[in-house]
Amino acid sequence: MQINDIQAGNMQAGEAGRAPSARPAARPIISIRDLRKMYGSFCALSGINLDVAEGEVVVLLGPSGSGKSTLIRCINLLETYDSGTVTVDDVAVRPGPNLAAVRSEVGMVFQSFNLFPHMTVLRNVALAPIRVRKLAPKAAEERAMELLTRVGIAEQAGKFPGQLSGGQQQRVAIARALAMEPKILLFDEPTSALDPEMVGEVLDVMQALARTGVTMVVVTHEMGFARRVADRVIFMERGQIVEEAKPEAFFSAPKEERARAFLQAVLNH
Amino acid sequence: MDLIDTFFNGRVLWDALPLLLMGLGTTLSLGILSIVLGLIGGLVLALLRLYGPPALSGLWVLYIDLFRAIPILVLLVIVYYALPFVGIRLSPFASATTALSLVSAAYSAEILRAGIQAIPRGQFEASHALGLSYWSMMGDIVLPQAVRIVIPPMTSNCINVMKDTALASVVAMPDLLKQATQAQALAANPTPLIGAAALYVLLLLPMVRAVGTLEKHFAKERR
Repeated sequence: MQINDIQAGNMQAGEAGRAPSARPAARPIISIRDLRKMYGSFCALSGINLDVAEGEVVVLLGPSGSGKSTLIRCINLLETYDSGTVTVDDVAVRPGPNLAAVRSEVGMVFQSFNLFPHMTVLRNVALAPIRVRKLAPKAAEERAMELLTRVGIAEQAGKFPGQLSGGQQQRVAIARALAMEPKILLFDEPTSALDPEMVGEVLDVMQALARTGVTMVVVTHEMGFARRVADRVIFMERGQIVEEAKPEAFFSAPKEERARAFLQAVLNH
Repeated sequence: MDLIDTFFNGRVLWDALPLLLMGLGTTLSLGILSIVLGLIGGLVLALLRLYGPPALSGLWVLYIDLFRAIPILVLLVIVYYALPFVGIRLSPFASATTALSLVSAAYSAEILRAGIQAIPRGQFEASHALGLSYWSMMGDIVLPQAVRIVIPPMTSNCINVMKDTALASVVAMPDLLKQATQAQALAANPTPLIGAAALYVLLLLPMVRAVGTLEKHFAKERR
């Protein structure tokens, strides 16, 4: 039903797009079908199909320009696409009055943190629950403090983002995403803008998160993280999924020639 | 002929002072009202231009360009002397408020647009990703940051509006300048004009100074 709606260009208000069907056991919480996107004549995504199961940690690998970030940004529609469908928890992600509600279930951590510079760290984390979930400010701030404690920066709660290191900022950004209690967390190269000595602290937080059973889709160049934490590794190139495998299998014996070449390049530098 | 007696005549100034202060009150209320209306209009125009229906955006651009191009004095004369021919009769105060806020809205819209466009895309993306509503994104995230950026140019614009209130004396509004010219005619002495000039400067000098201070302050904050 959602597929037909999208193909008809239907963006009518008021339709939740929620399928009434019963849920299968390991149902996909993210479902991407035949996703295509062109940037002019450059094909960013050429017919991506991908299901992510509830609680699964999927790591997207691939050379730059392969479409990983574009794909992950299509999941919460920060990026528009030309055709195909994205479904999150049985709800079609598409423009319209329901978009904000769908997005509030999908947390996102950006390469450049994108914290709100004019607000304290505490306010950064508490704002969305107050505005979107209608939490009382006091309750939201208590929860924000718990989350900041969890990512190890409770003592910075009163500071402004500009006063923190990159690694601390990214941990605040993770706490901010968690504050909405999202069903899914998207990480778009979360450590690429960090100084090398701060990569570890962010990856540690992400690894701890993965153990809590939250669904995660991670675009990263951290091969060690992918190997340790991923349930499934997806290798992309030129807008296509070239190989999908368990991390052990992928890193020890990639099937595709292009994946082999990529691993050779990133692991032997 | 005594220069002091002509331009700085204490008794004449003392006699004119009640008139001048009344005029100052009118000037202040006209200026403040026009500034507030101009800011509101400018915000609405800036948001319409940036996020309104694309089909209409040409209309807002046309408004903004037109009212920045027309001399305020010409607009004021049209509002006061021409509109009565189509049955719209505004008092001098209402005419002046209308002309000043129409123009100020156009300038404010451009200033605010520049401020909003200076906010990095990541701020919008983070707001979207959190599921914030459009109004929360603008009110909590974008505008507070944009306002910080545009405070210096916006203050300059407010100073201009305050200065341009003097044009209202042309449509017989009893503002500071009008009262001063009347007092001058009455006393056959230009001292009230000097007094009015002094009041304008006293009123606006702190605002002019504030622009410089704010600019320095924000330059430091951005590192």
